[in-house]
This record gives sequence, structure tokens and C-alpha cells, in this order.
Amino acid sequence: MRYLPGVTTLALDADACVGCGVCALVCPHGSVRMQDGKAEIADRDGCMECGACARNCATGAIRVTPGVGCAAYIIKKWIKGKNAAACGDVNCC
Amino acid sequence: MTFINVPGLAGKLYVPDGRPPGSKKHPCRDCFGCQQCSDDRCSLCRSETMAAAGRGYDRGKPMRDGKRNINYASTVTVREILPTVPQAISSETCCGPPPPPASSSNERPGYRLLPFVAGFIDTPAGPVPRVATALTPADRIGAAAVRCGIGRNRCAIAPGLYAVGAASADSPVLVTANYKLTFDTLRRELAGVDAWVLVLDTRGVNVWCAAGKNLFSHDEIALRVQRTRLEQVVRHRRLILPQLAATGVSARQVRKKSGFEVVWGPVRAGDIQDFLRNGMQAEQAMRRVTFTFGERLVLVPVELSFLPKPTAVILAALFFLSGIGGGIFSFDAAWARGLSAAAAYAAGVFAGAVATPVLLPWIPGCAFALKGALAGTAVGALLIFFLRTGLHAAELPALLVLAAAVSSYLAMNFTGSTPFTSPSGVEKEMRRAIPLQAAALLVFVLAWVGSAFAG
Repeated sequence: MRYLPGVTTLALDADACVGCGVCALVCPHGSVRMQDGKAEIADRDGCMECGACARNCATGAIRVTPGVGCAAYIIKKWIKGKNAAACGDVNCC
Repeated sequence: MTFINVPGLAGKLYVPDGRPPGSKKHPCRDCFGCQQCSDDRCSLCRSETMAAAGRGYDRGKPMRDGKRNINYASTVTVREILPTVPQAISSETCCGPPPPPASSSNERPGYRLLPFVAGFIDTPAGPVPRVATALTPADRIGAAAVRCGIGRNRCAIAPGLYAVGAASADSPVLVTANYKLTFDTLRRELAGVDAWVLVLDTRGVNVWCAAGKNLFSHDEIALRVQRTRLEQVVRHRRLILPQLAATGVSARQVRKKSGFEVVWGPVRAGDIQDFLRNGMQAEQAMRRVTFTFGERLVLVPVELSFLPKPTAVILAALFFLSGIGGGIFSFDAAWARGLSAAAAYAAGVFAGAVATPVLLPWIPGCAFALKGALAGTAVGALLIFFLRTGLHAAELPALLVLAAAVSSYLAMNFTGSTPFTSPSGVEKEMRRAIPLQAAALLVFVLAWVGSAFAG
């Protein structure tokens, strides 16, 4: 299943990559893969910006602005401001 | 040198000087001077409790001549000084049926033994509850209620260490969230496995969402490892984490803060047995998130459970608008036309919160608002086909627009329940869709009220 193309904030700095392979392991959509001992973005538009790769990158080579792709949460963020909008309160995921 | 009286014990009990109570291996009430002997000696009086907890206990290996290296005579002596459980009076001196069995030794004042606890395993860090791997009808009914939005935010189990099967010091440790549905899903998949389950305090939120909210985090893991004294329970230093926890957990930080290595397990609990059998290796399919027909279908009741409150307000507004007309306000019109408008709203709800999630991959478009608008138009068209005879020509397109707008908005809100929409994408979609949805609503109001004057 695909979502909007060309929107993800996923970015890879190949020079900083040390090839540990954790990003490719934890990505739930196969957006990152290992190629010749380095990480490589295999499917940019498959990225859902969950942040698992960046969280586990030792050198900060892979970066993404993580967040929840949830319209209800974004509406709350627009109305109440970023800090007051709680994801996961009553009647949410 | 002190000897004290303990209620229920015959004779006096020796209390050595300077040894604080609490440094005992087991909470035996007839002992104040634990010398940290082998389990064989503890088993002399504790084997009864062990058997009661549903777990066989090795009472020493047989020696060459066939005898066991335990003096059975002393077993009898030790048991004799333990207080005996008072038996119910057997003679027919009272009314009613015979009383139920005596309370279990695992019960504690102020706590309730949960139905999924099948016994306890004694560890150097204290007794650990052993959970059943089979779900009961009560578990299933509870899960169905939660899926419908009932008690969904009060669905947590106590964090801490649990055991499955005959977990030992070498058994793997699986880490999970304390959402009851998550815990049930995991233990159901662990039939026949000997393992420890470390349940984090994720405030009753599932693994992935908790990781996104930083509740399933390396700090929480370190805290829980410390609180449960896990290093005394297992000999190895390895934690198996569900892959989706990677959003909130840095494996390096876990190692730094708790001393345990992280092994990234499969996404789904259903793959855990294969993962353990394959030497903790996950195939690619175990590492990918899916969103199958069934996975989408179970989300529908929760989507609908969000709606009753806004629906009440919307229906009141629809009936009010329907009454406005040439005679200022007509209650007859409010009822008759209001029903048609309510039917169009219901069509929009069905299209946006039921049809779009279930038929997601087959509805054209990438943006959920577009998929919803298409589904709403289709269902709305079906509705006005049936209503067409009783309605004014100008009313039909108005109802179609209402169904499409409602469906588009609800479908857009379904993005939060899917495992593949990115926040950047959702925000982009919303910036385009919300003005259009608002415009559609305005068109409906103008056309609906206008048609009353025209008619």
C-alpha cells in the first residue's frame, strides 16, 4: 500500500554511515537496505517517518523528522499548539 | 543469641544476632537465619508449596546406590513444626453447601490473583507469576469490548516480570507493552515456550504507539530491568524486543543503561516461535509491517466508537436546517427533510469509516481524503437513487455533496490508524483537503436551505 510520494523527510549522509546495518534491520517498510557495506535508501516513498532508523543510528548518518501520521493529532496540534496536543488521550489511538 | 515465639509455630525460633530479616532466599516464616544453602535444602520444606504452584521440583539427583541424597526423615520433622491449615468443620452443624477450598498461598492482602496467572516460579529475585498461554472466553470478550472502544483506556496490566512455561536462568527474555491486548497476543503465541516476559509500563498503550510516544523507551527498559532485578533471574544479558519498539528504543542506550544487549525480534508476536527456533534470526517477511483486510476490518468498530458525540450535534443541526423555508420554520419539513439529510450523513459515515478502511487498496487515489470523497459519492449516489422520487431536483446534488464531504473527512482521520502514512504526507493532504471539505459543507447548506425556498 502506498501513500503520497515525495514528502518524506528521510535523509542519508552516506559518508557518515559506518555500515552497522541497524537502520535496514529496524525499518518496517524496507525503505533502507544495505548495499556494499553501506546503508542505501531503497524506497523513499515507502517511508512513514516512524523514526526507528534515526533513533538507532550511532553516527547520525540517517535522519528523519519522526512523527505520527494522524489527521486528528495534526488538527489538535493546529488548534491547541504542539505541546497541548496530546497524542493518545481519550478517544485516540 | 535470641529465641522468639512465632504465632502458629511450636517451640521458639532462633534469630541470629545482627542479621537483618530480608536477606533470606525464600520468605519462610520458620526461619530467620538463612545460610544461602543449596535449593536441595530449601526444598525439604518448600517442595509442598512448589508442587502446589504447579511446578515439579527436583529433589536432588539419585545417588549411585539408587538412594537420593536427601534425608527424608528430616523432611517429616520440618513439616511437623509448620502451622497446619485449619480444616472446615465436617459435621453437619451448619446450613448451606460445603465451603469452597482454602485460599491459595499465593494470595496477598489487597491484591487479586488475575485469572491468567497459572502459578509462580521461585527465583532469586522473588516469586514470578507464570501465565497461561491459552486465552479464556473472558479474555476474548474483554478484547471484543476494547475493539469497540469500551474500556479502551483502562486496559493495562501490572508492569514487571512474568514467566511462561518452565522458565529458567537460561530462558530468553521477551520485552513487551502492558496493553492487555498486546500481552494476550504475545502469551497466546508462547504455547510450549519457556521464557520470561518483561512487561514495561507503557500506560496501557500498544508497542508501536507507545514507542512513538516515548513510553516504550530505553529509560523505561532500564528502570524495569532494575526494578525486577532481572540480572538475578537470568544468567544471560540479552533482551528480545519487538522490532516496532525501535521507534522509541535505542539499542545502544539500553546496553549503556541496563547492561543488557538488545536483539530485535520480529514485528508480529505470531512469528516469535519461528524466530527463536531460527537462532534469533528473522526472515525479511517477519520484519515488514502489513495492513491486511482482517487488520483493517478490526479497526472499523473503534472508528465508529469516536462518532456518537459529534453525530448528535450534526443531526441536530441537520434537522434545524431542514426546517428553514418559506414559512420561516416548519416542524413538518424539519422532520421529513431532516430524515433525508440524516440518511445522507449516515451514507457518508458508512463510506468514510467503514467502506474506505475496508476497501482501502482498491479505491483510487493516494490521499485518504480523495479516497473518502470517491467512496462517499458512490454510496451517496446509491442513496439518492432510492430517495429520488420523494425529493426536489435541487435537493439530490446537495445530499450527494454532504455524503462526499463527511466521508472525505472521516477517511482523512483514518490515516492515524494505518501503519504506512507519514506525518509529512498527512499534513500536506490536510492543507489541501480541509478547505475543500469546508467548501463542500457550505455548498450543501446553501443548496439545502435554498431548495426549500425554491420548492
